[in-house]
Amino acid sequence: MTTLEIKQAVKRYPNGALAVKGVDVTVEEGELVVFVGPSGCGKSTLLRMVAGLESVTEGEIVLDGRLVNEVEPANRNIAMVFQNYALYPHMTVYRNLAYGLKNRGTPKAEIDAKVREAAKLLQIGDFLERKPSQLSGGQRQRVAMGRAIVRDPAIFLFDEPLSNLDAKLRNQMRLEIKRLQRRLGTAAIYVTHDQVEAMTLADRIVVLNNGEIEQIGAPAEVYGAPASTFVASFIGAPPMNLLEAQTGDGAIVIGETRIAAPVHANGPITLGIRPERAHLANGSGGADGPPMQVDTVEELGAVRLIHGSVGGQHFTANQSADEPIPGDQVRLRLLPDDLHLFDHGTGRRL
Amino acid sequence: MHKAQFQSPLYPYLLLLPQMAIVAVFFLWPSAEAVRSSFFLQDPFFGNETFVGIDNYTDAVTRSDYGRAAWFTFLFTVVVTFFSLGIALLLAVAADNVLRGQGPYKTLLMWVYAIAPPVAGLIGIMLFDQHIGPIVDFVALFGWDMRVGVDYWDTGIAMMIVATWKQIPVNFIFFLSGLQSIPKGVREAASIDNPSPSGRFWTIIFPLLAPTSFFLMIINITYAFFETFGIVDVMLKGEPGNNPVTLVYKVFLDGFRGNDLGGSSAQSVILMVFVLALTIIQFRLIERRVHYT
Repeated sequence: MTTLEIKQAVKRYPNGALAVKGVDVTVEEGELVVFVGPSGCGKSTLLRMVAGLESVTEGEIVLDGRLVNEVEPANRNIAMVFQNYALYPHMTVYRNLAYGLKNRGTPKAEIDAKVREAAKLLQIGDFLERKPSQLSGGQRQRVAMGRAIVRDPAIFLFDEPLSNLDAKLRNQMRLEIKRLQRRLGTAAIYVTHDQVEAMTLADRIVVLNNGEIEQIGAPAEVYGAPASTFVASFIGAPPMNLLEAQTGDGAIVIGETRIAAPVHANGPITLGIRPERAHLANGSGGADGPPMQVDTVEELGAVRLIHGSVGGQHFTANQSADEPIPGDQVRLRLLPDDLHLFDHGTGRRL
Repeated sequence: MHKAQFQSPLYPYLLLLPQMAIVAVFFLWPSAEAVRSSFFLQDPFFGNETFVGIDNYTDAVTRSDYGRAAWFTFLFTVVVTFFSLGIALLLAVAADNVLRGQGPYKTLLMWVYAIAPPVAGLIGIMLFDQHIGPIVDFVALFGWDMRVGVDYWDTGIAMMIVATWKQIPVNFIFFLSGLQSIPKGVREAASIDNPSPSGRFWTIIFPLLAPTSFFLMIINITYAFFETFGIVDVMLKGEPGNNPVTLVYKVFLDGFRGNDLGGSSAQSVILMVFVLALTIIQFRLIERRVHYT
């Protein structure tokens, strides 16, 4: 069953700026959909339109089969977790969690049961009588999630909830959010600019750029077959290498090297190669790919990143730390399946 | 933090000297003099003085006109504080709702603050003038024959209105900045948790404004008590007669009109103790305020 349908949603601000340009997204029951994109891409605006914190200029927001465009946020059956937690500073943790339920007229005993259950689930039971100012960042984050959970909403809306935490805590909370969402079986939209969060959390990723959807798909799809150069360079770290190349006669030409590949295009293209799919061969190790001029080597422990240039264009390759460190000049070994071809003009996948 | 080091140990005291001199000349010496003279019966023409112990104090607080002035001051303070805070809060909430991205409104509303107090006071006087005052004409439509300067309560009410009106812009600015310092996220979270705007105001916005409100309450009590001297003086036109006076104005009346310097000193010492207590409360509250966020 479909929990949320966003149909041709448009957001135009009074000054005429278009933040969201006609977007279609559906969220199925129990599904975790991640909106990802650079800042200013419209992902937060779209989420806030679902929450009712931003008005919808055009299009429809349908939640559980009900058109909610004009429904007040409190009556939409949503719960939101904010980036800066947005806890009520004058209330104890308990009252923070209970506030929404109290306003709905939930009986006191039921509120108490729900608050204690959520507190147990999030391991904040010991802090119920504390004020938010007495909690650490991670604890506040848990309280903010608790406040969303007790509402038992149709959909959770997460607006970059982890960006105020340090890296270690972020990884831990990311995993917890995923477990929690699975366990509750509630649909969720998660907004982030961090492609790692997007990849690890999502059932489906919606990549947004400039108010438009670049691609929707499962993480493996988006990673494995990016629909555009934008998605290719945004998803994956380090990003996909994009080289200017020529095609013709069933081959791709990079600089002076020809790679036989089943291409139908003729003329200039953009060639994408994931760093980990660019195999390096020292000297004349049987490689027939283009030569790479090595410039810097970064050791990351298990792997190392080799930066340099191919045909005068920046190129990064990813190599296991077990392999020997390459010399200044190496050749790339590229498999036809690992090559992504994009239209030179539009950047769309060919 | 970096600490400044002085070559000579006397140097910092030298730097403090001008400030200390001002405090000594304009506060310590006069207040010591007031405390001393409150125990004497003074000859107003710099003649003899007679030690009378605490007679001036018992005299002051047991006299019926002192009781009357104290009662009026209390009422005046409560009314002025309540209405100047209430109306300012109402205006600030209204402005805050309209303001989003509309700076000119804010600037226009704050301009009122720039009117010089004597000018504001004078405008108030004109409004209640017996012959040309529009407010007097207006209330006459409802059968209220308002006689400011003649009738005790008519004068008192006019004083309260002028004093309230003059204090509203200050409170407005503080409340508005208080409202605008409430994080947007908290308001949005509340709009998801509570469908009623008035419910949100009383359970989220108002409690978060509490530090500002406490602070302003103290400021306003001090204002109503001490800083309304000018308004009272202008409105009475120097003819207190049967008209209401505040305690501060009474200190002036008894001392410089009644030539009872000892009694007037005793009254001012009582007020000094009161303002000291208020100041202590205020400092305590400001300390709490720091902890708050």
